[in-house]
Amino acid sequence: MARKTGGNIKDLLFERTTAAFAFLVLFLAALLFAVLLRESLPALRKFGAAFLVTGTWDPVREQFGALPFIYGTLVSSFLAVLIAVPLSVGAAIFIDEFAPPWMKTPVSFLAELLAAIPSVIYGLWGIFVLVPVLRDGFMKPVTKYLGWIPLFKGPVYGPSMLAAGVLLSIMIVPFILSVSREVLATIPQRQKEAVLSLGGTRWEMLRIVIGQHCVPGIFGATILGLGRALGETMAVTMVIGNRPEAILSLFQPGYSMAAVIANEFTEAVGDAHLSSLVLIGLILFAMTLAVNLAAKWILTKMVARASRGF
Amino acid sequence: MKKIHGVLAGVLATLAVVSFAFAADPLTINGAGATFPYPLYSKWFYEYSNANPGVRFNYQSIGSGGGIKQITAGTVNFGATDAPMTEESMKKLPGPILHIPTALGAVVPVYNLDGVPAGLKLTPDVLAGIYLGKITRWNDPKIAELNKTVTMPNADIVVAHRSDGSGTTDIFTNYLTTVNTEWRAKVGRGPSVNWPVGIGGKGNEGVAGVVKQTPGAIGYVELAYAKQNKMKVASLRNKAGHFVTPTLEATSAAAAGVAKSMPDDFRVSLVDAPGKESWPISGLTWILVYKDQKDEARGKAIVQFLKWAIRDGQKMEAALDYAALPKPVVEKVDSALKQISFKGKSLY
Amino acid sequence: MKALFCLAAILVLLPLFLIFFDLLIKGGKELKLTLLIDLPRPVGEPGGGIANGIVGTLVITLLTMLWSVPTAVLCGIYLAEYGRGKFASAVRFAADTMTGVPSIIMGIFGYVLLVLPMKRFSAWAGAAALSMIFIPVVVRTTEEMLRTVPTTVREAALALGIAQWKATLRITVRTAWPGILTGILLAMARIIGETAPLLFTALGNQFWQTRLDQPIAAVPLQVFTYAISPYEDWHDKAWAGALVLITMVLVINIAARILTRRKR
Repeated sequence: MARKTGGNIKDLLFERTTAAFAFLVLFLAALLFAVLLRESLPALRKFGAAFLVTGTWDPVREQFGALPFIYGTLVSSFLAVLIAVPLSVGAAIFIDEFAPPWMKTPVSFLAELLAAIPSVIYGLWGIFVLVPVLRDGFMKPVTKYLGWIPLFKGPVYGPSMLAAGVLLSIMIVPFILSVSREVLATIPQRQKEAVLSLGGTRWEMLRIVIGQHCVPGIFGATILGLGRALGETMAVTMVIGNRPEAILSLFQPGYSMAAVIANEFTEAVGDAHLSSLVLIGLILFAMTLAVNLAAKWILTKMVARASRGF
Repeated sequence: MKKIHGVLAGVLATLAVVSFAFAADPLTINGAGATFPYPLYSKWFYEYSNANPGVRFNYQSIGSGGGIKQITAGTVNFGATDAPMTEESMKKLPGPILHIPTALGAVVPVYNLDGVPAGLKLTPDVLAGIYLGKITRWNDPKIAELNKTVTMPNADIVVAHRSDGSGTTDIFTNYLTTVNTEWRAKVGRGPSVNWPVGIGGKGNEGVAGVVKQTPGAIGYVELAYAKQNKMKVASLRNKAGHFVTPTLEATSAAAAGVAKSMPDDFRVSLVDAPGKESWPISGLTWILVYKDQKDEARGKAIVQFLKWAIRDGQKMEAALDYAALPKPVVEKVDSALKQISFKGKSLY
Repeated sequence: MKALFCLAAILVLLPLFLIFFDLLIKGGKELKLTLLIDLPRPVGEPGGGIANGIVGTLVITLLTMLWSVPTAVLCGIYLAEYGRGKFASAVRFAADTMTGVPSIIMGIFGYVLLVLPMKRFSAWAGAAALSMIFIPVVVRTTEEMLRTVPTTVREAALALGIAQWKATLRITVRTAWPGILTGILLAMARIIGETAPLLFTALGNQFWQTRLDQPIAAVPLQVFTYAISPYEDWHDKAWAGALVLITMVLVINIAARILTRRKR
């Protein structure tokens, strides 16, 4: 292979230069982790592991515990996934199996648009449209008749765990929808035809074929959506009610890890306060990391399974 | 690819030129803090910048807690708070700081109830009871007996408070601590407290927003916010036993006594003030400036602004329902301003 | 059965239409020229706009991209062309991790690293926080786009005697460029809409401010401040600001999509 002399040095230089930038990226990630760790150390030392399970958030007495926020983040996110996954999978099935072909592109396009809307706009819509509708159209009537069930206990304010969960579900639908559609696309056409030709109904075909092929993929999509929901800040802080207490009722206000950081960071005066907020950030970081890794692992498994062929 | 490079280069060049042009422009002074005086300050900074084009005051209303934090960290040139700094927090400062009072305001209970007129009568204990979560319905006998001419609705009381560190909260909780022993024992006073009930709104704006949008809600905001949003304000029974509505006059009445007993560092509380017409939840609001300024130009600009604020600025307060500082207090503040210096030289 | 799935599809797309509908109606109401060219006015004064926010958003975004685009693209090139060992795996892992980190945490990063030492809020700090969101995304999309270039292209270039570095740059990268650009544009659209990282880095500003070492306004920050206020006219401005924001974001998204389509 002919090569210009001197090209070797230039090649090396090029490789080293790009490697330097790659190292920079690695360095930034490490720096992020280091910053979070260093700033949260005072809180770690003061409260220890009890921080995870303490429910007090008292800036006056400098007693902090992350429990209400962990609870709020988890509940609102799980609620979001609970609503979003069946709807997204159902919609994906509709688009792929039942909708007229001309619908496919515009619908994908619209779903992508949903994904591009900034969080603060969802929050804006949440405060002025979603919360009043949920409050007057759903929560007030439900609490009237079913208020004895702890999940639906009043009084109804409007901003609540439910509002946050519903808003989050709307926000993660595009992601779950697109992954679901990709997953559905991996089902070999032959399989579908086989079941149909054996006399199965459309519904039976879907149930069998999806059940066989798609469960891991949809599970992966779920976890991906969960990861996004966990980290959402602006939209949640505008509709969750900002109450640092872990309450069972979905109609009551709550708080989330990202929301408390957004609200209190600029004014946390005491060292313990600021450090506790950063520690919450660290916990959130760890949580989203774990969830995203799980999602990736499941998705790669799904891809491997699909490529093995059936 | 080349075209995009060209466009990008062009934009950057424009930015550079624009940056340079603007960099040569007015001196910007950054401040942050209380939302309590924000309607007043935003008017002040707007008018002052128009009259003095060489200087601009950029104020971000992030709450008194934020103001204290940022001036302590030195990321802003001045802070603003309605909660005076505690001895402990002042120890963390890199240098001595001055609390410069700028105005008097009133913290008022606002509520959202259809069919109930403004001026709902409340007593200190009832207000504390609501915020403690002990009185939970609007037609509770304790409220009804104070307001016999009104049919109180049988609705939940939705309590709203601040979610951020707030001087308004400090004034409000200071009041509740002073007038109610249970509150004093259970919750106490401070810019952030462990609220027994209620949802949090960010800033005076947030609480006003929550109350406006939630039927059956009650909250506490600075008077200007209640007025600007045409909200229903409750009347409170004051120390002298009279039910007063918060007005400019009632706020000034609360401050009448303060002129005589104003301490040198201006950190004084006005809650539960004596006097027939006094509004019981009144408070001062301060601007925090370091005695020793690190930047001569900015330090001088701040001093000049404050000189204007305590004299000319006071004239704008009535329109926004803040009460002016009493004359003797103004004189005292004026001499305090002389203490602000750069490398020992007074910037007055 | 079909009806159930159809219902799901409708429920999924309904919020999108509702949001857009509201944005257009409520935002359009206040969308006068004054909104786009005026500075914010004090509470209670008529008029006022978000002009400084629009400029601020552009300044922060371009500043972020100034160092983030080269860093991310070059890193992506490294991973695609030379990235085979443990080091490359570590870089990929780092990038993947960072893409999943909530943006508020990048705000903490910007605050600790730049705001505190510099003793001021600034456009620099805002850009630093946003670059932590931008870079990892573009690293991965760049790498993926480069990987789609068939090896035959690379081999052909080398067979012609072109030096490897030139081949990579002039040929491989150029081939993948529309895809790489798409990735950049999508990441740009994303950071334009980010609010949380700017809350305690750029802070916000009432005035014209293009100096990079001072607090600076940004449209998402203004939308947030106006939205949570109790003033009706500020609510209207929030919707209008949101409309401006979504227009910026969508225009870039659509441009990116057109690019990808043309490539095919």
